[in-house]
Formats: sequence, C-alpha cells, structure tokens
Amino acid sequence: MIDSRTARWALGAAMAAGLAFIYLPLAVVLVNSFNASPTFGWPPTSLTTRWWSAAVDNAGVREATWTSIQVAAAATAIALVLGTLASMAVARYEFFGRDVVSLLLVLPIALPGIVTGIALNSLFTSFLGGLTLMTLIIGHATFCIVVVFNNATARLRRLSGSVEEASMDLGATRATTWRLVTFPALRGSLFAGGLLAFGLSFDEIIVTTFTAGPGIQTLPLWIFQNLFRPNQAPVVNVVAAVLVVVSVVPVYLANRLTGEQSLAGGRM
Amino acid sequence: MSTNGTAAVALRGLRKEFAGRGTGEPTVAVDGVDLDIAEGEFVTLLGPSGSGKTTVLRMIAGFERPTAGRVVLRGTDVTDRPPFQREVNTVFQDYALFPHLDVLRNVEYGLRVTKVPAAQARERARSALAAVRLEGFEKRAPAHLSGGQRQRVALARALVNRPAVLLLDEPLGALDLKLREQMQVELKAIQREVGITFVFVTHDQEEALTMSDRIVVFDRGRVEQVGTPAEVYERPATEFVASFVGTSNLLQPDAARQVIGHEGLYSIRPEKISVLQDGAALPDGAQGASGTVAEVVYVGSATRFVVDLDAGGRLIALQQNSDTSSMDVLAYRGRRVLLSWRREHGFAVPRAQT
Repeated sequence: MIDSRTARWALGAAMAAGLAFIYLPLAVVLVNSFNASPTFGWPPTSLTTRWWSAAVDNAGVREATWTSIQVAAAATAIALVLGTLASMAVARYEFFGRDVVSLLLVLPIALPGIVTGIALNSLFTSFLGGLTLMTLIIGHATFCIVVVFNNATARLRRLSGSVEEASMDLGATRATTWRLVTFPALRGSLFAGGLLAFGLSFDEIIVTTFTAGPGIQTLPLWIFQNLFRPNQAPVVNVVAAVLVVVSVVPVYLANRLTGEQSLAGGRM
Repeated sequence: MSTNGTAAVALRGLRKEFAGRGTGEPTVAVDGVDLDIAEGEFVTLLGPSGSGKTTVLRMIAGFERPTAGRVVLRGTDVTDRPPFQREVNTVFQDYALFPHLDVLRNVEYGLRVTKVPAAQARERARSALAAVRLEGFEKRAPAHLSGGQRQRVALARALVNRPAVLLLDEPLGALDLKLREQMQVELKAIQREVGITFVFVTHDQEEALTMSDRIVVFDRGRVEQVGTPAEVYERPATEFVASFVGTSNLLQPDAARQVIGHEGLYSIRPEKISVLQDGAALPDGAQGASGTVAEVVYVGSATRFVVDLDAGGRLIALQQNSDTSSMDVLAYRGRRVLLSWRREHGFAVPRAQT
C-alpha cells in the first residue's frame, strides 16, 4: 500500500510513542541499576557496578533467586508433562466432554490471579496441611500448563493425524510413533512453551503470595518486601533489571521458535 | 506367498457406527459389508463421499474398530489387532510423509521400526525408490518435492514392507489431470510387477474403470454391486450404480413403456445411441425414440446431444466427431431427431428397494 509522506510520518511517530510508553520505564530501571547516585539523580552523573555486586552479595537476593529458579523449573517440568498429555488427548482423540476439558485447561490464564491464589490457598491450608515450596510449585503449574498446552495443541493441529497413523501402519507401536514421529514434530513448540512457562513463573507474584509457604521468598516477593526500604532501593533496581531480562529473553526466543503469536496472550 | 483358496482380504458383516454429535443418534457409516478379495487382485472401492468406502479401508488398516463384523487377512482374523500387527500398508490421501525425515529415511521407516538390519533396509529402500523412479532424490526433504513425487515416495514407503495387501486412499485425488492419468497407468504397472493385492478407494468412476480388476460400488454404507469394470458399466445392478457409474441415462417407467414397451426403469449408455434425422427408418434390430435436441455440448473429440423425448424424460447421446465439425453439430440445437440403439445395448435397471 502506498501512503502519503505525512501519513507515514504520523504512523511512525505513533508507533514510536507506543513503544516508548512501554519500554522507557524499563530502560529507566536498567539504567538506574548502574546509577552511581544512591538517590537516583537523573540524568545519572556517573555509572557504577556497585549495586550489582551488592545484589550478588545480598544473601536474601541469592536465596530468592535460587527459590525462583527451583520453582520455575519444577513448575515448567510439571507443565511440560501434563500439558503435552492433555494436548495429545484433546487434539488426537474424540471423547465425551472434549471441548469442555479443552476450555477448562485454558481457563486459568483468564481467571484473575487473585482468585486462583485464594482458591489454592484455602485448598492447601484446609485440606493439605498448609503451604510449602511444593504448594507454590503446584500453584505456578496451574498457569504454566496453559502455555505448554496451547503451544503443543497449535502444533498438533497443523501436524496431520495421518502421519501418526502412517507410522503405526508401517509397523511402529504407539510408543515408537511418539518417539520417532510425534515428539520430533512437537519438540520446537514444547521448548518454546517451556521457555514461556519458565518466564511466566519467574516473575509471578499474585498466586505466589497466596501459595508460598512461610519463609519462602521468590525474587518478585523479595522485591515487593524491599521496595519501600530506602537503603535497599538500589539493589531492588538490580533485581528488577534481572527479572526483566529473565522474562523477556524466553518470550523472545519462544516467538522466534514458533514464528507465530498464538502464545499465552493476556498474562505477559 | 499365496495360500491357495484363501482370500487376501475377507470382510464379514462389517459395520461401523459413529457417535452422533448432539442428537445422540449414531451415524451408520458402514452397514453390513461382506466382501472377498483374492490374492493379487486390484479391487476398487467406488462411491460418492460419505458412502463408507474410506471407513471400510480404515477398518482393514486397523485405524477404526468395527462396531460389528470381522476383518480377515489371509485367513487370520485381525479385527482386534492394532495397525502395527497387520500385514497391510497404506498410501494416504495426503501422503502423510514424515516432514522431519528425508526421502530415503521416509522409505526406510517401516523397515527400521520392524528391526530389519540397517544395510538390508537401505538396500530395500533404494530399490523401492528405483521402482517408483525416484533415484537421486534420497536426500530431499518431503517439503521440497512436487505432488507427484510425494505420491511416489508414499507408494515406495508403503511397498517396501512387502505387505500382503496395499491400501490406497484416493492417492491420486490431489494431482492434476495429466499427472493423474499418467499415475493411473503407472500404478497399474507397478501392481502387476510386484503382484501385491491392491485395494484402491476413489470417487472417480473413470479411474475405477481404468485400473480395476473388480469394482465394489458403495452407497450409503452398503455394497450396491461387485463386478468387473465391464459388468458394472454395462450391466449396473441398481439404479444407483446406473446413475453413478458413467453418465446417468435413465428412462423412467412411463417413458420406457411408451418407447419400447418395457415395464420398469430402463437405461442405455450415451455412446451406444445414434442420432438420426427425424423420420428416418430404424435399422434392423434397433429401438428408437424421437425427440427434440435441447442442448448440444461440443467436447472436442465428441459431441454430447441432450434430447428431450416426446415420451417424456431426456436421454444423452454421445457421438464421435469423426466426420462432423463443430459448426455442423451446433446447428442441431432445437431440431427434431430420432435416437436409435441396438436392442442388446439397452438394459433394465432394478428399482432400489428402500
């Protein structure tokens, strides 16, 4: 399409403004994590890596990072197994209530996190003897499953079912068919879904608040609790910068891998 | 390999119902099919879409479990066996090549998963590729092949296991006309060469007539007729077969009584009918009906005359354009003519009993 010079200029400006609106605050956080002034005078007069070493030396940050990694990894692993199985069931078999199951699987992404959080909290505290690291992992898995499920289902829909039939027709059992045909086809989207799930879990705070056992602190929880302590502010900036990188990189990679936007949508 | 007197495929009372959506009423896709297919035969299951022919094929392959009835392969009841324990292989309508494997690995697949030694598997895959004239394509990805080439890979992949029966589900449907005609001839030649029983599904009656030893005509889940192409074409057993195979050319009972004194439905194939001048004398042993030419369709090598009969109904006559030009035949529109055919070329069509 051919647009007038003015129209092109206006559209370009609108896009720049939109992107700036989203990314400038993030850039400020990133730059401030190197800002030598502890009161964040702007523009920065000199840069330092002091806050970064302070963050690394901070035991609370280190523990919170380790907890976040554990939780994200475990929730992603659960999501990969359950999400893939669910997606195979929904995409490859006809059964009573299939559409309902499919909807129920995707619903957690739309449910307000606070509702999921309260519901899981009351379930865990009243029936399962209280909150632990495990309950936090299960809480995260509820929404991680959705991204894996969505990614795998999108791929399976494009992979003709007759390919799996052909494999069994040629003498391969169901398990061999999975190993030699279905899994190789799904590998890319499972990896993408896993990355997204990891990213989602890593910066989640609402469900985390309601499902983390006492004394368990993930990075977002740590930020939340230290945000208003003036002496911690520079370190909070560093942690925030790390969170941005850890959640953006997987989404970027996942997008590159799947080459489509059918990912989790709303929650990111 | 032949086991004397045992059919390669025997279907007994085969029935398939699918759960109905919403209504709860099951849909009957296949309604009591009995069929014997001999070793080395090329049998075509012919019918319109939704007639149950593909479902029958899928039950032979083991992709669908029959609601009732048995599938017997070379004397062994395989009804309850999964696809990987049946000596049949399938060429799929969409080819179903493995997208992440190259051509050679696609063809080798069946040998690899059934634990044939690697060297032998490679050797057999290569000769299968040679049989479908695809040497030099071993390293290509399926995405980089034309439709016709994919079709050949699918065929080689299915033949390499040396199945007792090869099932083909509309394998030529996606090809253009020229390629389709070429593949029809080639498929038939390959079948003669390898001597494997072929069960071929198509809705294309011309394809069925060209390639088959026998044709099984399906309608609404039932077998309407089983016979050689000539039998099915020249002596259709039911009204459905008469109208589905070849051009439908039916004289309704009223017209049939007036024209030839026959009680019931009657049919004559278009190419057996001559178009004579109105008032001409009928040749000896011929039957005839007069009418008005409603439409003239010039199709190059031949001309199709659509004639409204005075007795009611219409017949189509197909005439070779051996010594007429398009100008001559087009001038026939609206003229009175006499249609004539030899008595033995007409046939009575049994009424459907539904």
